Amino acid sequence: MLGLEKKDFRLLLIVIGLTLFAPIILNPFPAGSEMAQFNAGYPDLMQRFVIFGIFAIGFNILFGLTGYLSFGHAAFLGVGSYSAVWMFKLLSMNVLPAIVLSVIIAGLFSFVIGYISLRRSGIYFSILTLAFAQMSFALAYSVLTPITGGETGLQLALDDPRILGAAQTASGNIPVPALFGLEMRASYEMTVGAWAFTFNVGYYLAALILVLSFYMAIRIFRSPFGLMLRAIKSNQTRMSYTGLNSRPYTLAAFVISGMYAGLAGGLMASMDPLAGAERMQWTASGEVVLMTILGGAGTLIGPVLGAGMIKYFENIFSKINSQVLHEWFGFLPDGLENFVVTIIYPFVGKGWHLTLGIVFMLVVIFLPGGLVQGGQKIAAALKRKKTDDANPGASKPAE
Amino acid sequence: MDQFILQILNGLDKGSAYALIALGLTLIFGTLGVVNFAHGALFMLGSFCAVTLSKFLSLSHKVVDETRTDFLGNPLQVDVPYVHDWFGVATGDAIIDWAVPLSLLFATPVMIGIGFIMERGLIKHFYKRPHADQILVTFGLAIVIQEVVKYYYGANPIPTPAPSAFKGSYDFGLLLGFDANAIIYPYWRLVYFFFSLVIIGAVFAFLRFTTFGMVVRAGMADRETVGLLGIDIDKRFTIMFGIAAAVAGLAGVMYVPINPPNYHMGMDFLVLSFVVVVVGGMGSLPGAVAAGFLLGILESFASTAWAVSNLPGINQVIIYLVAIIILLTRPRGLMGRKGVMEE
Repeated sequence: MLGLEKKDFRLLLIVIGLTLFAPIILNPFPAGSEMAQFNAGYPDLMQRFVIFGIFAIGFNILFGLTGYLSFGHAAFLGVGSYSAVWMFKLLSMNVLPAIVLSVIIAGLFSFVIGYISLRRSGIYFSILTLAFAQMSFALAYSVLTPITGGETGLQLALDDPRILGAAQTASGNIPVPALFGLEMRASYEMTVGAWAFTFNVGYYLAALILVLSFYMAIRIFRSPFGLMLRAIKSNQTRMSYTGLNSRPYTLAAFVISGMYAGLAGGLMASMDPLAGAERMQWTASGEVVLMTILGGAGTLIGPVLGAGMIKYFENIFSKINSQVLHEWFGFLPDGLENFVVTIIYPFVGKGWHLTLGIVFMLVVIFLPGGLVQGGQKIAAALKRKKTDDANPGASKPAE
Repeated sequence: MDQFILQILNGLDKGSAYALIALGLTLIFGTLGVVNFAHGALFMLGSFCAVTLSKFLSLSHKVVDETRTDFLGNPLQVDVPYVHDWFGVATGDAIIDWAVPLSLLFATPVMIGIGFIMERGLIKHFYKRPHADQILVTFGLAIVIQEVVKYYYGANPIPTPAPSAFKGSYDFGLLLGFDANAIIYPYWRLVYFFFSLVIIGAVFAFLRFTTFGMVVRAGMADRETVGLLGIDIDKRFTIMFGIAAAVAGLAGVMYVPINPPNYHMGMDFLVLSFVVVVVGGMGSLPGAVAAGFLLGILESFASTAWAVSNLPGINQVIIYLVAIIILLTRPRGLMGRKGVMEE
């Protein structure tokens, strides 16, 4: 189907299903109940899930396939955001041209940076991309203030031209981003018994784009081009000895992943029309690296899972404070309760980064293939038990 | 001319910090072949050693002072640091005042210990893994260290002053025959510069003039042969890792009065130090030191009003710009050995 193998098509269907029903799946707890704070089915967070999913899918095309570890991908995301907001300021509040422009600009920008950075490989490549990203961040923060808004960030204003649309609404407000009149922030609320579900327009637009990006990524992974990229990862020297110039391939991968990042940036600006320089900082680049590795670099679904996990923990884990912990462990005797809470407290709430760092280290040390590899290992172990050593050692390689 | 000298001086203290961190980084890379993204965190840990000791020394207990009364007429309670009880008031005050230099004594064993634990516990298992994995795992470790420090010390910078003997500035202008106040330079930065020279000199002397250093240098050149000669080179490299950690830590201790430490200062310095290492040449010790000072001074020249007005933003990007140019034209760096990490 759609030029995909059966297995890949199934994966695509799973992703479609997950994104389609995310508002329901992510809200398993009734509204108003004690567990409702672990519901992730609100538009803002769901949008972030899919947007960072797109970002991570793009990063994976570079890192997962070619093995080039870029530490500056957030720069493309930032550039995408800025171009989208400029489109809102100058043209109209329609998100379509904004997203298209952000992809194009991020593509051009990544072409320039990739052209220079890819002259080196290994750690030098990482440092070059890091240097470029830090440079863009520093410039966006200081000299380029007329274009980027500097510290305050780029925001919409009432006196923006907006040639094709109204500069302001009838009531004198700044118009909101919309797709041909369909406002991004519009939501449909559905209440089923004690449960409340929110279906948000912006989320579904982003989810549609995620599915398309995921489909594109599968096609790239399975194409001869994708195979070429994997060959570069496994042994670049041999590739060049066979007379193949690998640079056009790596550059293409770099630009594609830069465009994905720009797409994510454009979407981010479409959901909330402002852009700030902090999106380009190298810690932001580090975040997408974390997502991809955590989920499983080089696998199709891994980066999306990693992005979802990190964003979920960032928003939900960090809400757990000592009071919540005391409620949870209230059944324990007082001394023990305090002890347990003291042990757990540093790892939740504001300290969730600590948990993230530890989990990340464990994954890098023990599971270089990420959570997907972990899942495969568990599945293989279960299967082996069932078939009673019918076919030992038949471990599937990470996809 | 006075401006010129002033900018060189201004570049020296930052350059010293870059040089010290980069020295440790390149030492680790040269010996163990590991790219350590957690080195900035070691610098930060050193700073917090100083903060800890200074807090510890000023621990005090309440004593009722009969001679004075508070506004209600009751006898006044005064905080008396324990060091006053132990060493007398004058010596106690001097100890509190000199907390930062004293931290050097405290930080050295702590940092060497942390270095040992890090190398034996984690880095050891990553020798055979690709550089990307090394970067990733040390990056994760840096996050963990940062967050632990943040948990115990909070997110705000903690000001810790230099000894009062070094407060104020030295007027270099008078020394060189310029007007008064034309070139003034804080004493502590001067101390920092000389301190870094001493540390750098000590590391070089250690490597150059001791048998241990000779073996380490031999191991850097050809690890396998040294191993075949029956020398346990791994053990010596572990010790070198401890020394590199201590150098970063001591650099952090002394930097505390210049810049109040916070939990993410390590990351800020790390990126720049990496750039310094690359410019100097991966694995080249003199290169790291030279590039550290060079980039520090270059940065300070780029921040002058003249440079900024002619090339807006140059002060923000000069270091990265230099790194990009160096990497593209001379990938092994200014003083790198031919063939080491040139790809």
